[in-house]
Amino acid sequence: MTDPCLKRTALYDAHVALGARMVPFAGYQMPVQYADGVLKEHRWTRDQAGLFDVSHMGQARLRGVAPLAAFEEVTPGDFIGLKPGKLRYSLLLNHKGGIIDDLMAGRPDDDGLYLVVNAGGKDGDFKWIANELAGQVKIERLENHALLALQGPKAAAVLAVHIPAVAGLGFMETTRLSAFGTDVIVSRSGYTGEDGFEISLPNAIATEVWTLLLCDQRVRPIGLGARDSLRLEAGLPLYGHDANETISPIQAGLTFAVSKRRRDAGDFPGYSRIKRELDGDLACVRVGLRVLEGAPAREGAEITDASGAVVGEVTSGGFSPTLSSAIAMGFVPPALALVGTPLSVIVRGKSQPAQVVAMPFVPHRYFRKS
Amino acid sequence: MFFTKDHEWIKVDGDVATVGISAYAAEQLGDVVFVEVPDLGRILTVGDSLAVVESVKAASDVYAPVSGEVVEANGDLAGAPETVNADPEGAGWFAKLKIVDASQLKGLMDRAAYDVFLASL
Repeated sequence: MTDPCLKRTALYDAHVALGARMVPFAGYQMPVQYADGVLKEHRWTRDQAGLFDVSHMGQARLRGVAPLAAFEEVTPGDFIGLKPGKLRYSLLLNHKGGIIDDLMAGRPDDDGLYLVVNAGGKDGDFKWIANELAGQVKIERLENHALLALQGPKAAAVLAVHIPAVAGLGFMETTRLSAFGTDVIVSRSGYTGEDGFEISLPNAIATEVWTLLLCDQRVRPIGLGARDSLRLEAGLPLYGHDANETISPIQAGLTFAVSKRRRDAGDFPGYSRIKRELDGDLACVRVGLRVLEGAPAREGAEITDASGAVVGEVTSGGFSPTLSSAIAMGFVPPALALVGTPLSVIVRGKSQPAQVVAMPFVPHRYFRKS
Repeated sequence: MFFTKDHEWIKVDGDVATVGISAYAAEQLGDVVFVEVPDLGRILTVGDSLAVVESVKAASDVYAPVSGEVVEANGDLAGAPETVNADPEGAGWFAKLKIVDASQLKGLMDRAAYDVFLASL
């Protein structure tokens, strides 16, 4: 079924040719799975290397007289301290300390900041940044660029065949270099908990590079279905589900994204609320849940305490192929957030035992330079 | 074997009907990771949720093609939900119903009619 209102990435035809099941997602027709199916794709990424088209995400350059300092006005991160070649996870915060979006911002070169935001809110995000930082920065959206993610324990060996320099990148490092006959930005980052890379490149060569990478026997195409189950196992929040405009970084378990320098200075949006929360006045917090028995608890399932009282709600959940168990994330009061706390989830009217567990559910295997 | 437009199948033996989902439905669902089958003795009206099939991504209801009482449920699926993908129109059955009104079968499609229906999707 073709919906003319939905956009296509440069790789649309390649997905269809691979037998992908295309679904509407954030205004795009995206592959939710290929012929292998979600389970096999998930396991392949954990064992080998999975190739994802994430070109629907919003890529842009932020330039200005002092773009790093300016970007601190809309985020709680230390960007003045962001060294060339480094990539940082951060949050776009509204004036009440709620999360407008989560994002990656890096310095692959000396050309300001390179930003990647979620597909769903990209127009609003860039408008927000432009308005808040009016007169200080210019945003150039990289509309004609695709974004590929190559993830898994074999990703580094696969990509090094084409770009030997990637062997020298550590986790959360980014660089602009010449490859595939053009300029590309390669970051050692991802959304699966595995080692891997995200590669920004012109649409014009996207299909060629996609096909080239898939020619490697270690690489298979992976759809959005497995992308979601992989990030869930990795304990990574999905914006619009595990974070939104009313949830703060502290509630969302993203305190690490509020840098110490900025905390001491108290100079970011929503500081007074976030300070209160850091001091212990916290209504709820994101936790990981292992569902010990029964069906997967999906978004919206109620969480109850030992007495049966509703204490929170699941914000994303599903089946973990690695653990062969249902897992979920949700928000509960801090007193019930300790690892080991017995809780229950209500699925189709039935109460099922669950337990608070540490996240990530499946250990990260990022490549850190010693 | 008869089929519904929601892709359930039903196989009648005397007054007992076995219910499952078609190969097409199983393929569309993707890898099944959890199946909830009905309790014995439950009285189902045609269109009631008879079972729930969960893939990695989502939960889907399986509806009763006819009214009846649940006289057997496929307990093997609890430990082997992948059977629904491997043998959807055989070992992947969900439940057996004691039919109360055989005339409800008349509105269902036979294999040939179901194949025509699938081709129209």
